[in-house]
Amino acid sequence: MSEIIQGPRHGCALGAQQTVVAIERAIPILHAGPGCGSKLHRGLSLAGGYQGAGYAGADAIPCTNMIEKDVVFGGTDKLRDVIEGTLKIMDGDFFVVLTGCTADIIGDDVGSIVSEFRELGVPIVHAETAGFKGDAYKGHELVLEAIIKQHLKPAAQIEKGLVNVFASVPRHDPFWEGDLNEIKKLLAGIGLKANILFGYNSGGIKALEAIPAAQFNLVVSPYIGLKIAELLEEKFQTPYLHYPILPVGGIETSNFLRTIAEFAGTLSEQTEKFVAQQEEEFYHYIVRAADVLTEYRLNQPKRFYNINDASYALGFSKFLVNELGYFPIHQFINEDVPEEYKDTIEGYFKELSPEISSDITFTQDGGAIEDKIRSIKALTAPLVLASSWEFDIAKEISGLHLSVGLPIIDRLILHHTYVGYKGGLNLVEDIYSRLLSKNRE
Amino acid sequence: MSINLSQPAVELRESRLKTITGYEGDAAELLSKNDIPNRERSFTQCGSCSADQVMNLLTQIQDAAVVEHGPAGCAGDIPMRNGVFRTGNKRMGYNVKYLNTNLDEKDTIYGGGAKLEKAIREAKRRFNPKAIFVTTTCASAIIGDDVPGICNELEEEFGIPVIATLCEGFRTNIWATGFDSANHSILRKIVKPARQKQPDLINVISFEHKFLYESVFRQLGLRTNHIVPLSTVEELERISEAAATVQYCETLGSYLAAGLEEHFGVLEIKAPAPFGIKASDELLREIGRVFHKEEEVEKVIISEKEKIAEDLERLRGRLTGKTAYIAAGGPLAYSIIALVKDLGMEVVGTSVWHHDQKYDNDDERLNFLRFGVETYGNFKVGVCNKQAFEVTNAINKYKPDIAITRHLATVWAAKLGVPSIFAGNEPTEMLYDGLIRFGQSIDDAISNPAYIKNVAKHSKLPYTDWWLKQGTYSFLRSEQNV
Ligand code: SF4
Repeated sequence: MSEIIQGPRHGCALGAQQTVVAIERAIPILHAGPGCGSKLHRGLSLAGGYQGAGYAGADAIPCTNMIEKDVVFGGTDKLRDVIEGTLKIMDGDFFVVLTGCTADIIGDDVGSIVSEFRELGVPIVHAETAGFKGDAYKGHELVLEAIIKQHLKPAAQIEKGLVNVFASVPRHDPFWEGDLNEIKKLLAGIGLKANILFGYNSGGIKALEAIPAAQFNLVVSPYIGLKIAELLEEKFQTPYLHYPILPVGGIETSNFLRTIAEFAGTLSEQTEKFVAQQEEEFYHYIVRAADVLTEYRLNQPKRFYNINDASYALGFSKFLVNELGYFPIHQFINEDVPEEYKDTIEGYFKELSPEISSDITFTQDGGAIEDKIRSIKALTAPLVLASSWEFDIAKEISGLHLSVGLPIIDRLILHHTYVGYKGGLNLVEDIYSRLLSKNRE
Repeated sequence: MSINLSQPAVELRESRLKTITGYEGDAAELLSKNDIPNRERSFTQCGSCSADQVMNLLTQIQDAAVVEHGPAGCAGDIPMRNGVFRTGNKRMGYNVKYLNTNLDEKDTIYGGGAKLEKAIREAKRRFNPKAIFVTTTCASAIIGDDVPGICNELEEEFGIPVIATLCEGFRTNIWATGFDSANHSILRKIVKPARQKQPDLINVISFEHKFLYESVFRQLGLRTNHIVPLSTVEELERISEAAATVQYCETLGSYLAAGLEEHFGVLEIKAPAPFGIKASDELLREIGRVFHKEEEVEKVIISEKEKIAEDLERLRGRLTGKTAYIAAGGPLAYSIIALVKDLGMEVVGTSVWHHDQKYDNDDERLNFLRFGVETYGNFKVGVCNKQAFEVTNAINKYKPDIAITRHLATVWAAKLGVPSIFAGNEPTEMLYDGLIRFGQSIDDAISNPAYIKNVAKHSKLPYTDWWLKQGTYSFLRSEQNV
């Protein structure tokens, strides 16, 4: 039995609409209830640092708005009408039909409707993303799987140096766009061309269609995107590199870049120089921060909780332990992690550094997180890297709270990132600005 | 009986108020008929559902818990609702008391009753609430869990109201029905018969803005009960003791005001909502009559008008002749017309989300549409069910000086280069000083549209040129609703 949820965060599989909206000039088409799209937009985009509607998101998303008679008589005719209307009204290059709970429970045969259009040459695919199937991370994988299986064809030629990047989940991770673009810049530094698929200047349908031409796939997450890389290997024989840690700061980013360069075969004096230079610049600023980072009177938040998805919780934990000399208290992984990955993820937290490990709890239930935190006696005022749900519990334990995971309703996030050298500096600035404003205002 | 409180499910707006969501025509025609058939669309974009609007009210009650029986996606509105709750409730410092049963695939096959019971028990343990509202969603309704049965059992055990609020999204095309479902639950299970009537107490139906009407009512010596958001269960129990109820939007408050009148003897103030000068006069005079404060009201009207006279003249000087397009919920859009007209502006068109062909208290004095037409003349109306493609098409056609929208993303108007303001859920535009606040926002938006022009220059709408040239309502079907 799945657990009940207090403080909902990661939506449902139909949250896949966000992935589609993040593909340039792609249009999602929902075969779902009237409220689903709007709620998911607000829960994932708006509550994720006020991301806005995107090109064809929010109330521009075509939807069958299924009501009672559709439940009773089936909604496939309505879906056909809405797809036809979409092709006339919406200016898009690629269309993705997504089903919600209602359509999937009553069993509408969406596949055959969609193939009617595909046979006419319309670039359209469909994915069954009923809400009860899982959270929006699951939906993200389902929609990518649908695109790969239904739309992509083997490449005539492999493009050397081209890398598909599967990292931050678009329009769901609040920092996705900054993260993906940072990864793109970093990879360019080691001679690779990143196909980031989502967001600003990512290429839309052309980028999707270039997926099979990549030299390899890069998965940057403890597990999200792994299934996709495996599928691409099976279908197009593309090898993949799994780098489980979202790289934040000097040590991890340098390791990240060297690992990739080695895998890609681009390791050279030049790439080494790029890495060394970036690292040097990073530490220039870290050194500059020394006065504040060692100031006794500021009540340094030396011990930390992460309440986030597995990817950010791990990336931040590594950074805090290895770059800032902090200590983990307990980490909470709050998305619906499939059972098969839980042990491995636990393992990553066991080896944050050779000497330091952290216990973790997998739970989507904010109530369970709060109970656990209340049961722990922290030695000093802790850092709480969490979401906006945790304002009060952080206050209760006199912690320093920063919203860095969904939902973030107290920050406007545009291109901010926590990835790479730049991301590490951003995180230090954000934590210490918060600490200083708390102390000085 | 018009408000039937005997069943857990509220009677839907479609049948109760003959509400329509598709129409093209004008205000005069809407007024002359009361059985206009609905027209459906062959293309639609994401709307909203009643489960969403239920949360708009129920999660905002200070000491009640809400258990939503559904998949986690139906909880997508909750993080921002929490934001609204915290903003409106700053000093309380806690989150909304909400749990979701997180229905999964197995539950859709074997049922989710056991899980619901567990969740309700957890809500009781975690929040120690004064009442628990248990709401339904498409999935829980289709799998057929007996929500009222489970609630009744636990209500007996806990000794607090455990209220089945049936609001699954597929049940109705009119998401405002969600307000009715929430208010139905409150009327049915929370409100108690008055112990003692309080002749100087007035219920004000609104959202989270407690200041609404406050200064004027204070001058009149009236005490206010702001409902439903931010009230406590105990306050709601006693709204029956007020002498009258006033509201500003029949979409939100029609059912609650009429139910209080019919079942608890609390009179609804029968006057247009206080938007613009004439309507404000009429509403206050009606309140004066009901509370026997006619003379005081006349004094307030004179002094409030004096206070705004200079600003009003200045704004009229700047805004006269400017054009506005208004897209908002039914009666509220009609109300905004009064503001715009009082400021000397022209209304080129209106999109309303739905149109109620009658209200629960079927009294013509509450009909702002009639008031608007009689005071300001006829105007065009499209009933668009919050369809962004129609609104965008219309704004593009009329190219108004300003677009005033609610609920829709304002970015669409901005992409057309049209200055737009979002008349949000905090209607600070009521009464005399509200007119000035509203006028100032319009003037600011028009006077320096730099941001809007930048947006327009660097973005593209997701619509084809073909669509932007079509008639706004060309995807409305001609045949009747079935
Ligand atoms: S599944 Fe139904 S209740 Fe849930 S958000 Fe969608 S329309 Fe609303």
